[in-house]
Amino acid sequence: MTLSILHRITGVALALGTLLVVFWIVAVAAGPAAYDAASALLGSWLGRLLLFGWTFSLFYHLANGIRHLAWDVGWGYELGAARASGYLAVTAAVVLTLLSWAAGYGLLGG
Amino acid sequence: MSQRSPLGRARGLGSAKDGTAHWWAQRLTALALVPLTLWVVTSLVSLIGADYGAVAGWIASPVTAVLMILLLAMTFHHAQLGAQVVIEDYVHNEALKIAGIIAVKFLALVLGLASIFAVLMIALGV
Repeated sequence: MTLSILHRITGVALALGTLLVVFWIVAVAAGPAAYDAASALLGSWLGRLLLFGWTFSLFYHLANGIRHLAWDVGWGYELGAARASGYLAVTAAVVLTLLSWAAGYGLLGG
Repeated sequence: MSQRSPLGRARGLGSAKDGTAHWWAQRLTALALVPLTLWVVTSLVSLIGADYGAVAGWIASPVTAVLMILLLAMTFHHAQLGAQVVIEDYVHNEALKIAGIIAVKFLALVLGLASIFAVLMIALGV
C-alpha cells in the first residue's frame, strides 16, 4: 500500500527529473562553456540534493517496477512473497543509491 | 447507427477496441528501461569528475548515441503514459483532466525531441 503510492510519487519525481536530464544533455550539445556552467549547478549542494533524490527515485522505481513486471506474469502474488519482495525493493533502492554515491565520491576524491 | 463521434465513443463508456494498448505500451517501455537505466547510471557514475571532452566523446560514440536515443525515447514515452494514469486518477474536473493529459503528452514530445536532437548534435559533431 505504502510502497504502491511510493511507486507513483517516485514516478512523478522522475518525470519532473527528466528536466534535469534534458538540461544536462542540451548543455553538452551547447559546448564546453555551457557544460561547465551546468556541471557547477548540478554540483552545488542544491544540485546534489536534487540528484540524490533523483537517484533514489530511479532505483526505487526500477526495483519496484521489476516487482510489478513479475506480478504481471503471475509471479509472487502470495502475501508472504509480496511482502518479502517489497522489503527487497526498498533495500535494493537504498543500497544501490548509497553505492552509486560512494562510487561517485570515490572518483572525485581519488 | 450510432451518431457518436469516434472521440465520444473512445472517451465515453464502451470499448474503442484499444483498451490494452496503453497498459501494454507501459510494460514494454518498462521492460526496455530496466537494462537501459542500469547501463546509463553505471556509465554516468564512472564519468563523474570527467572533463567535457570525455563526456562528449562518450556520448558521440555510435553505441552510446544509439542507446542514449533509445533510453530517451523510452523514458519520455513511459513517463507520459504514467503521468496520464496519475492525472486520470486524481484530477476529477473533466476539462482540467483533458487539458492536463494533453499538456503532459505535448511536453513529453517536446522534451524528448529536444534531448534526442542534442544527442544527434553531439554525435554528428555539429
